[in-house]
Amino acid sequence: MSATRAAVTISGVDKVFRTRKGGEVHALSDVSLEVAAGEFVSLIGPSGCGKSTLMRLVADLDPVTSGTIEVFGKSVEQARKDQDYGIAFQQAGLLPWRTVRANIELPLEIHGVEARARRERSDELLALIGLEDFADHHPDQLSGGMKQRVAIARSMAERPRLLLMDEPFGALDEMTREHMQNELVALCQETGAAVIFVTHSIPEAVFLSDRVVVMSPRPGRITDVIDLSFSSRDEELREDAAFYEGVTAVRSALHGGADASSGPRGVENR
Amino acid sequence: MRGATTARTMLAPAVLGVVAIALWQLLVVAFDVAPFLVPSPSGIADAFARSLSHIVDAARVTGLNALIGLVMGALTGILVAILANALRVMSQMLAPLVAALAVIPIVALAPVFYAMFGAAAHTGRQIIAAIAVFVPMYLNTLNGLRQVEPVHRDLMRSYAATAEQANRLLLLPGAVPYVLNGLKIGSSLAVISALIAEYFGGPANGLGKAITSAAAGSNYTGAWAYVLGAVLLGALFYGVTAGIEAWALRRRGGS
Amino acid sequence: MRTARAQATLWSVVGVLGVAALWELYKAIAPDDGVTVGTVTVLPRTTDIAMPHIWDMVTRLFEPVTRAAGADVLWWAVLQAAAFSLGIAVLGWVLGVVSGMLLALLMQRWITAESAVLPWVVLSQTVPLIAIAPLVKRWGTAIHLGPFQWENWMSVAVIASYLAFFPVAVSALRGLKSPPQADTDLFHAYAAGWWTTLVRLRLPASVPYLMPALKLAAANAVVGTVVAEVSIGLGGGIGRMIIEFAATASGDPAKTWAPILGAVLIGLLSAGLVALLGRGLGRFRRGEVPA
Repeated sequence: MSATRAAVTISGVDKVFRTRKGGEVHALSDVSLEVAAGEFVSLIGPSGCGKSTLMRLVADLDPVTSGTIEVFGKSVEQARKDQDYGIAFQQAGLLPWRTVRANIELPLEIHGVEARARRERSDELLALIGLEDFADHHPDQLSGGMKQRVAIARSMAERPRLLLMDEPFGALDEMTREHMQNELVALCQETGAAVIFVTHSIPEAVFLSDRVVVMSPRPGRITDVIDLSFSSRDEELREDAAFYEGVTAVRSALHGGADASSGPRGVENR
Repeated sequence: MRGATTARTMLAPAVLGVVAIALWQLLVVAFDVAPFLVPSPSGIADAFARSLSHIVDAARVTGLNALIGLVMGALTGILVAILANALRVMSQMLAPLVAALAVIPIVALAPVFYAMFGAAAHTGRQIIAAIAVFVPMYLNTLNGLRQVEPVHRDLMRSYAATAEQANRLLLLPGAVPYVLNGLKIGSSLAVISALIAEYFGGPANGLGKAITSAAAGSNYTGAWAYVLGAVLLGALFYGVTAGIEAWALRRRGGS
Repeated sequence: MRTARAQATLWSVVGVLGVAALWELYKAIAPDDGVTVGTVTVLPRTTDIAMPHIWDMVTRLFEPVTRAAGADVLWWAVLQAAAFSLGIAVLGWVLGVVSGMLLALLMQRWITAESAVLPWVVLSQTVPLIAIAPLVKRWGTAIHLGPFQWENWMSVAVIASYLAFFPVAVSALRGLKSPPQADTDLFHAYAAGWWTTLVRLRLPASVPYLMPALKLAAANAVVGTVVAEVSIGLGGGIGRMIIEFAATASGDPAKTWAPILGAVLIGLLSAGLVALLGRGLGRFRRGEVPA
């Protein structure tokens, strides 16, 4: 990974939440990470390790307590205002009163893209996720996997160079999940966007990522970074010995973390 | 199985209604109950048919008051709720006042409204209805505006959407079911308030006054016929607003 | 918690003062005849008869009711009338709540009863039942059962209970039916009978549904009492006092407001009583749903 310019540069970030009773929760401690342009990086770790928090800081949804984060060399606030990233959450978060097409067009509408251009873009994206026939359906008429595809199409509406995804497949069954992973790989190859992908599934992280960042809780910090370099990501990779080596490497990194005594809870080994 | 369920949900209430009316009729006739206690259903139906044109005229007067009150109260309730949602100070100041409005008998204000707007005009009644409608409209709209899911809030922030955009695209459409429910509750309150405000004075051509003057003239069967008119007027208001709600919710495609 | 309560009290004081200030401000700047469009007065008149000064309303409270010798001071008379009406409203509320709960139990026990009765109960909440208030006026002179004599105040209480009844019946049924299948299956597995399931599961589960209904029933009972006093012509309560004082409004406009304050007081007191009851049931009230 010798990218010309970093997509995201995180240096020495701390995040402290103040609880209502006046206590403090140290969610992230001295986290540094660089994500190159076009690189796919997964954040994995047990519940409470701050992986989602880290993603929210990059998205400027919460402020950092100390340290700096730059997105394409800008402050996170500027990057958000310039719409340099697309975002997808574990919940699809579609607006129930809007059709599939209107949901995909939502960010374009907010940023004043004219109706014709919006329609062209949503046509492209609907084709990309294979939901052309559902353009005029409402979210409550879709299955969980279809909703999630719409949410991902929406995150790509403005052709961002960075995608932030917080367990977007977390609520899906295993079959749908593998299918969605294949689609995501294809989409990323097409768009060349960098991705920060939060997950608690080891196989998912290994299958999708160029690098897997392993985190541990109390306080949340990075304990290991595992490089994976597969030549291609397709169905055969799931049966490949290299894939299993990757899974084993991530698993032992999780188990061998500083918090080895309690073991990593909330991590799926499937 | 399905047939049995339909029979139960459709037939049972109908049978109960018919039986109740038949029993009522039977008791009144068998025990020769005087009309001032309870008149017989057939007597009420008779009186209703005989004075139908009067009842319709009176219902029009009361219905118009209720309608004007409903529109005024609903618009004010929605606007004030939008303001209160944007300005925390305003919602804090209004909270105790609205809570008080919800529990005090607003109709007690009727005499002073007659003094303020003229005892010959219907304005006082319309304002009473409007205040009664304002309470559920304000509370429901505010509740609806605050029902935003965190994921949607995050989404709007990630789009760097302005407050106006978030209001138009997210908050207001999300509040629509709550607003319509408030309108449905308000429609009943508007009719009730417009009607009972007439018991406290003012012009004499509405349904409420018709009920009291028939009762005062010992025409109890006639008074019950006017009550039936009031019940039908209330059902009409409720039916129309419930219909608007069902139509709008179907149009926006589930929720 | 304490600071939140203090803050709420502060804001309600600010709110009331704000309304009073608006009143005086409008009275000072608007023309005497208000604002009329065509023949309709759209903004109220501001004469002392239509809108007396706030301070006149307050000072009037401390003057005698009438000029007759030995007349009570006004606030005391209002307080007595308010207590009388509140008493009837509370009685009506209790009657309405008890019968509403009983009907809800009946409907929960026999599903046919539910499907036959519930549509009517829901429908009757949407129509102006209070319209029958003037029609029970003659009951007072007509019902004798041995030494028992039907009194007018009983008619008023019946109207109040009748209005309190409906929201309680509907919400109590929703609450009794609220435990999910998993919970009733659990009780079934314990071989618990209908009564045990009712006392240990259904009644506690219905409290969050019941509280808002009890509040609504209280407001309904108060409105029913005040309106029925007016239309039945029962003296001694706040409803009749409003009408009597309104009749003398042109000579003594500030006096009209005294019984209105009394009505506000009854409303707030009744809501306060229900809130007190709710605090006693606090542990059952997690996740309350509005009526």
